[in-house]
Amino acid sequence: MISRESILSAAIIALLALIATRFAGFVAPGNLAAVFTDTAPLIILALGQMVVILTRCIDLSVAANLALTGMVCAMLNTAMPGLPVALTLALAIGMGAGLGAINGLLVWKLAIPSIVVTLGTMTIFRGSIFLLSGGEWVNAFEMSASFTGFPRTVILGLPVLGWIAIVIIAGLALMLSRSTQGRAFFAVGGNPHAAVYAGIDVGRTQFLAFTLSGALAGLTGYLWVARYAVAYTDIAGGFELDVVAACVIGGISIAGGIGSVGGAVLGALFLGVIKNALPVVGISPFWQMAISGAAIIVAVAANSRAGRSKGRIILKQAEVRQ
Amino acid sequence: MTTDTGAVLALDGVTKTFPGVKALDGVRLELHAGEVTALIGENGAGKSTVVKILTGIYQPDGGSITIDGRPVRFPTAQAAADAGVTAIHQETVLFDELSVAENIFLGHAPRARFGLIDRRAMMNRARDILTGIGARIDPATRLKDLSIASRHLVAIARALSIDARVVIMDEPTAALSQTEIEELYTLVDQLKAQGKAILFISHKFDEIFRIADRFTVFRDGQFVGAGRMAEIDEAALVRMMVGRSVDQIFPKRAAKVGDEVLRVQGYCHPTEFDDITFTLRRGEILGFYGLVGAGRTEFMQSLIGITRPSKGVTRIDGTIRTIRSPAQAIEAGIVYVPEDRGKQGAILDMPIFQNVTLPSLGRTSRAGFTRMANEFALAREYTRRLDLRAAALDANVGTLSGGNQQKVVIAKWLAVKPRVIILDEPTKGIDIGSKAAVHEFMSELAAEGLSVIMVSSEIPEILGMSDRVIVMREGRIAAELAGADLTPETLVRYAAGIGRAA
Repeated sequence: MISRESILSAAIIALLALIATRFAGFVAPGNLAAVFTDTAPLIILALGQMVVILTRCIDLSVAANLALTGMVCAMLNTAMPGLPVALTLALAIGMGAGLGAINGLLVWKLAIPSIVVTLGTMTIFRGSIFLLSGGEWVNAFEMSASFTGFPRTVILGLPVLGWIAIVIIAGLALMLSRSTQGRAFFAVGGNPHAAVYAGIDVGRTQFLAFTLSGALAGLTGYLWVARYAVAYTDIAGGFELDVVAACVIGGISIAGGIGSVGGAVLGALFLGVIKNALPVVGISPFWQMAISGAAIIVAVAANSRAGRSKGRIILKQAEVRQ
Repeated sequence: MTTDTGAVLALDGVTKTFPGVKALDGVRLELHAGEVTALIGENGAGKSTVVKILTGIYQPDGGSITIDGRPVRFPTAQAAADAGVTAIHQETVLFDELSVAENIFLGHAPRARFGLIDRRAMMNRARDILTGIGARIDPATRLKDLSIASRHLVAIARALSIDARVVIMDEPTAALSQTEIEELYTLVDQLKAQGKAILFISHKFDEIFRIADRFTVFRDGQFVGAGRMAEIDEAALVRMMVGRSVDQIFPKRAAKVGDEVLRVQGYCHPTEFDDITFTLRRGEILGFYGLVGAGRTEFMQSLIGITRPSKGVTRIDGTIRTIRSPAQAIEAGIVYVPEDRGKQGAILDMPIFQNVTLPSLGRTSRAGFTRMANEFALAREYTRRLDLRAAALDANVGTLSGGNQQKVVIAKWLAVKPRVIILDEPTKGIDIGSKAAVHEFMSELAAEGLSVIMVSSEIPEILGMSDRVIVMREGRIAAELAGADLTPETLVRYAAGIGRAA
């Protein structure tokens, strides 16, 4: 069978080729780098979401976490314009991880289904932004130049935002394929019973997945606010659904235990290319939504077909044991 | 000789094969109007399979089913119900959130105009049936508000709501108290008086002698005998259930039992088991026998830290070890191979080598990062030892056959290099040839100095493999048997609680 990653790569290349016939400038290296950078927040969040989904959970609070952390960073910058960017980054990651840990603790210690927990915290985080900011915007002129400049600084032709995404892709690929913790994420989602017997704490593993997802959301929060140089209550509203969609298109099984870094990245890039290309070739953004939606359904249908033969083997096993 | 005996329902030469195992091999069974027939056999004798065939859940591979001498087929559960066969299951299959009346009539509710459910008729008929069996339950009550015993009565009422001629009761008293059991007996007498043919499945001999008119005995999926209860005694029934020479196929080597490895003292749990105390020596195979639900698996799970005992001490080599998580159990050298190896053992979407090294990651990794070479070496060593036939160690376990998946699970646990290995029903649901291989392997492990705890419900396996046997009944140790005391009869008596040997 052809791997999910190669099918997606082929789909993206076909898409790019199609766009190039209408607007050749789109596939110029400079523009592709811009598209990648524009998709970087989606990639980063999709990678965090993937780890959560691997453990049979879901994190709907990522976009709200991003917005809350972003607002805190922006307000802090307004209050203390001299704060070094490194400290802001550390703060964003730490705060995001803390918010993610709240999700993780509720799932772990109270055994509440993650969809309910994160639906709740999503709303709480959004509400907190309003309470914190009083509904006010933090605008570009209130932010320091170093604060807004950092993600846009270009190194070797690619903005820092793009480089950060590359570092995180590499880090997660290494963690998931080579670390014992990465193995635990797959084991917990693949077969929680077997994981328990093998000495893996399922709840703790899920907690770590949420904390990681939160940390990445927090980091993206700062990057997002700095890049667009604005913070308000509703930034990245509904973005959590794009994140989940990127995972699903990338072949991350919602049932847990199956997925790859490559899949999540390509899933995000697929959505990113559509989002950036359609306006360029003059297609309405509503078509963009329809295409994204169709891609999700095609991806899920492909997943369930791939999973079906496995289901039969299990069933035979169960019957034998009557 | 099937049709002329006046049986309401008769099975003749019925065979059912599952991949790798023959669950029923040409069995026969007759049920008579107004009489209770007890179906008797060990765990795995094929009783549940018969129930599933009679209720249309399984299709037999061969043989005939006749009702009043006419051949019938039950391709669906609905077909069985239409033919007047109904079953009250071991674990009652009911819906918590529906009312009593809805539970009774689910699937065959009385209809009013436009095909809508006639609620009033349903309530009235439910009330009639419940009154008929002496159950004072309001049909409008939600099922979740009822006690276990009342739920059972609802299940019985459901069985009676279709005009049944044949009623199957599969371990109906398992969850009932003594008074409730007496009420059930009265009910069975009522059903008999109405001329219904009843198939009664139970492990409890006192119950069978109290209520049954006839018996049929199965062993290993085969028909062993049938007759009238009045013409047989307990001892003869036990012999029919277990009777066979058990020394033939077991490769048990002379045990070189060494020093004490594990000592468990006073393990208690609020609901599952009480005061479990035993020792285990090096190279010993200790059998745990009991009926299904005797608390053996529950105890083993608390021994490896999955559930928490309320009291109890574990000593390994004389030192107290606190085991409160499976990770600590693995650390202490105790591993558990679960009964349902398909569901709880392997991770199907993960490569073979990663499955094998999962509990040993501490040894194959450094500073939190795995070392592929070590992982492959470990996986290769143990899969080779188990003679696993797989194209490549990085293929997913899901691509392997059932037997090879089991080998991966066992390789995984041996790779931990444990002191004590707990095998829960190691040969359940596998064919004779594979069974012999598992037994052979178990002997080898013991000979190498590993201590084995074997939880098994199969008497020949327990007798053939164990150096010593602990019999559990209702969460307690009923007996510890070795040597001459270890006979099929003593095992069954202690497990079923039948008092002294005759």
